[in-house]
Amino acid sequence: MAEAKDIQEEVQKLTAKDFVSDQDIRWCPGCGDYSILKQVQSVMPELGIPREDIVFISGIGCSSRFPYYMNTFGMHSIHGRATAIASGLKAARPDLSVWLITGDGDSLSIGGNHLIHLLRRNFNLNILLFNNQIYGLTKGQYSPTSEVGKKTKSTPMGSIDHPFNPLALCMGAESTFVARALDREPKHLRNILMRAEQHQGTSLIEIYQNCNIFNDGAFGGFTDKQTKKDNSLYLEHGQPLVFGVKEDKGVILDGFEPRIVDLTSGEYAKEDLWIHDEKCRNKANILTRFFDDPSNEGALPRPFGIFYQEDRFRYEEALYEQLDTLKKLEGDPNLDKLLAGSNTWEVE
Amino acid sequence: MTQVHEKLEKVTVLFAGDSGDGIQLTGNQFANNTALYGNDLSTFPDFPAEIRAPLGTIAGVSGFQIHFGSVDVYTPGDRCDVLVAMNAAALIKNLSRLKERGTIVVNTSGFDKRNLRLAGVEAGQNPLDNHSLEGYKVHEFDVTKLTRESLKESPLGTKDRDRCKNMFVLGFVYWMYNRKIDSSLEFLKTKFASKPEILEANTIVLKAGYHFADTCETFSNRFEVKPAKMPSGTYRNVIGNQATALGLIAAAHKSKLDLFYGGYPITPASDILHELAKHKNFGIKTFQAEDEIAGICAAIGASFGGDLAVTASSGPGIALKGEALGLALMLEIPLVIVNVQRGGPSTGLPTKTEQADLLQAVYGRNGEAPIPVIAATSPSDCFTMAYEACRIAIEHMTPVFLLTDGYIANGAEPWRYPKSSDLADIKVTFASERKADDEAYRPYKRNEKLVRSWALPGTKGLEHRVGGLEKDKETGNVSYEPENHEYMVKIRAEKVAKIAEYIPSQELDSGSENSKLLVVGWGSTYGAIKTVVRELAIEGVDIAHTQIKYIQPMPKNLGVILSKFDKILVPEMNNGQLIKLIRDQYLVDAKPLNKIKGVPFEAREIKEGILNMLKQ
Repeated sequence: MAEAKDIQEEVQKLTAKDFVSDQDIRWCPGCGDYSILKQVQSVMPELGIPREDIVFISGIGCSSRFPYYMNTFGMHSIHGRATAIASGLKAARPDLSVWLITGDGDSLSIGGNHLIHLLRRNFNLNILLFNNQIYGLTKGQYSPTSEVGKKTKSTPMGSIDHPFNPLALCMGAESTFVARALDREPKHLRNILMRAEQHQGTSLIEIYQNCNIFNDGAFGGFTDKQTKKDNSLYLEHGQPLVFGVKEDKGVILDGFEPRIVDLTSGEYAKEDLWIHDEKCRNKANILTRFFDDPSNEGALPRPFGIFYQEDRFRYEEALYEQLDTLKKLEGDPNLDKLLAGSNTWEVE
Repeated sequence: MTQVHEKLEKVTVLFAGDSGDGIQLTGNQFANNTALYGNDLSTFPDFPAEIRAPLGTIAGVSGFQIHFGSVDVYTPGDRCDVLVAMNAAALIKNLSRLKERGTIVVNTSGFDKRNLRLAGVEAGQNPLDNHSLEGYKVHEFDVTKLTRESLKESPLGTKDRDRCKNMFVLGFVYWMYNRKIDSSLEFLKTKFASKPEILEANTIVLKAGYHFADTCETFSNRFEVKPAKMPSGTYRNVIGNQATALGLIAAAHKSKLDLFYGGYPITPASDILHELAKHKNFGIKTFQAEDEIAGICAAIGASFGGDLAVTASSGPGIALKGEALGLALMLEIPLVIVNVQRGGPSTGLPTKTEQADLLQAVYGRNGEAPIPVIAATSPSDCFTMAYEACRIAIEHMTPVFLLTDGYIANGAEPWRYPKSSDLADIKVTFASERKADDEAYRPYKRNEKLVRSWALPGTKGLEHRVGGLEKDKETGNVSYEPENHEYMVKIRAEKVAKIAEYIPSQELDSGSENSKLLVVGWGSTYGAIKTVVRELAIEGVDIAHTQIKYIQPMPKNLGVILSKFDKILVPEMNNGQLIKLIRDQYLVDAKPLNKIKGVPFEAREIKEGILNMLKQ
């Protein structure tokens, strides 16, 4: 007991500083990654988890340098595979708090397959998907989330790839926790990180992250002071979908169709609006489809926050349940019995 | 009537029929019975890549060859004494494998017009009628009709009744070799415990086949192959993939680690996954991943967490795992990779055997990426070498390749299995906890074996980061320093080379330094080479034989052994791979003997190779 108390006391003493490693950060000055790193380091002490029980695993890309900067256990693995590595780690060690750092190229292009399978298996871990809609580390090719027509070094005439809608993809892959946040909204991001850790299952947070070198301002519509309130919709469970500079606009659900309504004309009041329900899969599916280009006339606002949360069994728990069941049924393992098999004979 | 008991030393029987005829089950039953009877044996299942290949055609023929004897048996036999042909295609495909004056047991119902057409037999050329089988002892009977007759009272429908016909043949062959049918009766009881009608039908037909052989006037000879004189001890029958799985379980149990297996189904490696999944009471975590890459990556994650992690596949799957192998090597964590080789390249010959992935295992990665490679020589040796792979992986903190192949993975032999107390200890040491004022943990600091420590997440004070980028020689932090990179490349190579100090020395399996020629084999060619060398010794030709099981690094004394011989022959089921390594490392003028036909060497082929070389 005393030991548990000691650990608790020690954990309580941890500060954001304790999670800063001794390595120099090598991201470009002004990169959105800095802000995300800072929020993660500041959330860690609040989780109440001993530092040695935390593991950060990443793939390849700018964001995947992340584990080097966290003073926890960490692995900077290979392109697209952090998802698969984290699955194995979690199966071996369900006791650990596992955080997966990945980017739009890493998890939606080369590692797309592992991402969808991790989501359906619902290992209890957290995925931070840094989406900057560009390949940064390879110096600026379009990514699977870049918009059609994007001109880059590899697409001088503009990209002809229709992009992924990452959160719609995750819903399709049976994800149990789907959220979106922004590098430039630190307080909101911190809240979402806390909720992700609390969720028992795979938590996926798509984080819009600005690459100021190769794709500067890609999310300007959601971060610039003048436009962000008209283009962004901050979701809160049980609250109506309200947005706009003066909170003057709302969203109603007309059959299956979301529609923007004016809250100033007197025709609609907040009570008439779509009330956000994190538990409703159908509505979450529609919310992920709020994916319009904010510069278009009448565009639906882009939602941020938790779209969907569901409690479903975790792979690793089911795995250990099976092991326990068989152990109860067949008793303690007996290697000699196993090696002998069912039919033996003696040779004199 | 009087029956003659003919005593034989060795017999090879080939069961052949449609892939839906239950040939593999029949063969395995006969093999188990043979093992329990006390014969030495070796089996070779040979089946089409398609699950239900077109019925009645040559492409659809499934075979199971068993070689058993009262003397040591090392191969499934070159040519067979008895061919059991369930249809025309089975006879036509395999007749060339039957010895002169051999015995053919034929199911005549498989020679109707349709079957003859499907087997490509021209009208009027039914081999049962056209005297082409006159040189053989042919026993013909209508298995389908006899099976149906014996099941007149059964409530089963015709389709289910007909599925029992393999039991008729099995009963028949049991009688031919003077066996008891008890082991198969027991097997049926377990297999069909919940289906009493099917159990009864199979039992009736098995007995019917046995009694038919006994009462049928055509058979005057009954053969007996006396139990073999094998070293004393307790034996069981074991299949290669099963032995591999048991070796992994034993290593986990002895090292007190949890076994984690990450893999993706692939022929012919899947049975390792199946076998492991059966023994979850040993705490084995089997993870059927979404693809080959995820299989090995999940294993890497589990190893990072402290499990004994394993992945298995065959050539195409190993190709996909290449990048992750490099990561495991950089991380310097234990990992066992089993490659059950099959015919390549690309999809190649999935159900056929080959040894053509040796250079892939030794060299198949980007950068300077040495990984230890070891190989099993027989079905039961898969146990020993799987255990060794785990030992080396854990004690030397490295990924280790274990090579087997389709031939030994699916083949079976008697196994004098070890007691758990006889198995070598496997030493596991985890880095221990550190206090705040202790010196900082240095993840890449090495011990006298050049091995770094295994630092598990959850251990206080060991927080550190690893990854695929080149690392500093002690701190493990990312380093682009030119001197450091060269140092790390060399130390990783030296670490693997040093394993040579911790493996058995190479020995001559037969012959001596004075022998006229040395045959150097590796992996599954062991049985065929040994058979030949023994035969030649009886004929007065003194040949030495050594079988390499540790390929990277090779045993320290191998060079000395090779230097004693003027003539060295290297038989391989590939286009010459081990020979490249030997010539490269020891500058010896070894000569190749290659077979790349998807089937193992026959002893006579190696004999011919040796005799030709002796003439030169």
